[in-house]
Amino acid sequence: MAQIFKPSMNTVSKVSIVALLLTAGGVGAALWAINKSPFVARTRIPFDQAVPFSHKHHVAGLGVDCRYCHNTVERSASAGMPATETCMSCHSMVWTNAPMLEPVRQSWATGKSLEWNRVHDLPGFVYFNHSIHVNKGMGCSECHGRVDQMPLMYQQNTLYMEWCLECHRNPEMRVRPKDKVFDMTYQHPADQKELGAKLVAEYKIQKFTDCYTCHR
Amino acid sequence: MRLAFVVLAALAAIGCRQDMHDQPRYRYNSASDFWGDRRAARPAVQGTVARGQLKTEDTLYWSGTIQGQAVDLFPMPVTKEVIARGMDRYNIYCSPCHGSSGKGDGMIVTRGLKNPPSYHTEALRDQPAGHFFNVITNGNGSMMPYAARIPVPDRWAIVAYIRVLQRSQNVQVAELSASDREKVEKEEPLHPAPRKQEAGH
Repeated sequence: MAQIFKPSMNTVSKVSIVALLLTAGGVGAALWAINKSPFVARTRIPFDQAVPFSHKHHVAGLGVDCRYCHNTVERSASAGMPATETCMSCHSMVWTNAPMLEPVRQSWATGKSLEWNRVHDLPGFVYFNHSIHVNKGMGCSECHGRVDQMPLMYQQNTLYMEWCLECHRNPEMRVRPKDKVFDMTYQHPADQKELGAKLVAEYKIQKFTDCYTCHR
Repeated sequence: MRLAFVVLAALAAIGCRQDMHDQPRYRYNSASDFWGDRRAARPAVQGTVARGQLKTEDTLYWSGTIQGQAVDLFPMPVTKEVIARGMDRYNIYCSPCHGSSGKGDGMIVTRGLKNPPSYHTEALRDQPAGHFFNVITNGNGSMMPYAARIPVPDRWAIVAYIRVLQRSQNVQVAELSASDREKVEKEEPLHPAPRKQEAGH
């Protein structure tokens, strides 16, 4: 009776085992990369808005403080979106004929809200509170990135749970002095670990990693 | 076999739903198709008074007036903390137009707006504290109201800081401490110049 397998099948079987493992690993790596890609995580994609508002111009160019517009960030869960009145505080006098600002003038004249597309869209089962973060030395740019360099707003970070937890487990690597929270240009010093540990103790920052910290 | 795989893949794709992500509840500033104005957040019914916010009581606190007259009083003790808070809030909300020293030379002037009035005039030095509180609350001329953006205690802190700014630009040399007087006589600055805003764009 003839042999079913030729001797060369020894090699083929070994190669196919390796190939199978590589394929499985490759598929895993590809899924991992896709999950973190801008396409899935919606990072680094400027959003279309009714008014192409430039944070770069207003923050880096004019030096307007974050809180001039996001004025509830220190006392409420939401940072707050500016009312049309806030836009008109300057734009009733500056760039009053700019076509770009027509939706703002319409909103002011009719009392209808400007409708913005939400850039940072946390899942409905996450309860995030801005005020506790900024009041404990967590800077805006820590999560939102260099907003002062963004002509159109985009999401810098994935906002995935692993990303939240990375800081909730090691707040000393991210905390900064309270008077630098709204400083977009702040850079962590070389001795961040020591400074961070000191600030964590001073600000009484707790390492909240229980599920119910964010999910309730 | 191939058909089974396709069916399985299709079932898996259907399984990927975002129901938990996009829950049927309104979030801050959400839009709503139910209301004519498309706002999920509803305005308070006219005449609603929140507990402890009846503005006809304690008119000094709520409007800087007593019996309809703006008065030169503060509803709280003006402490160092109040002034520090006032400086912080002033620099956020007021300095873009009024300038960090209150001369009316803020950033917006470089954008083609005419200067808002300087605080360092006889007329504005003589205005009672209640006047400044009213202007912040209700606006004045081309200035928009800031009542929605600045809570009442912070408005008072800003008024206290405006008084500090006025004082800082209106001191007789004889009133200075000996070391400061020496600096003035040598024409050295008493304090470092305020941080300049980055220009451009």
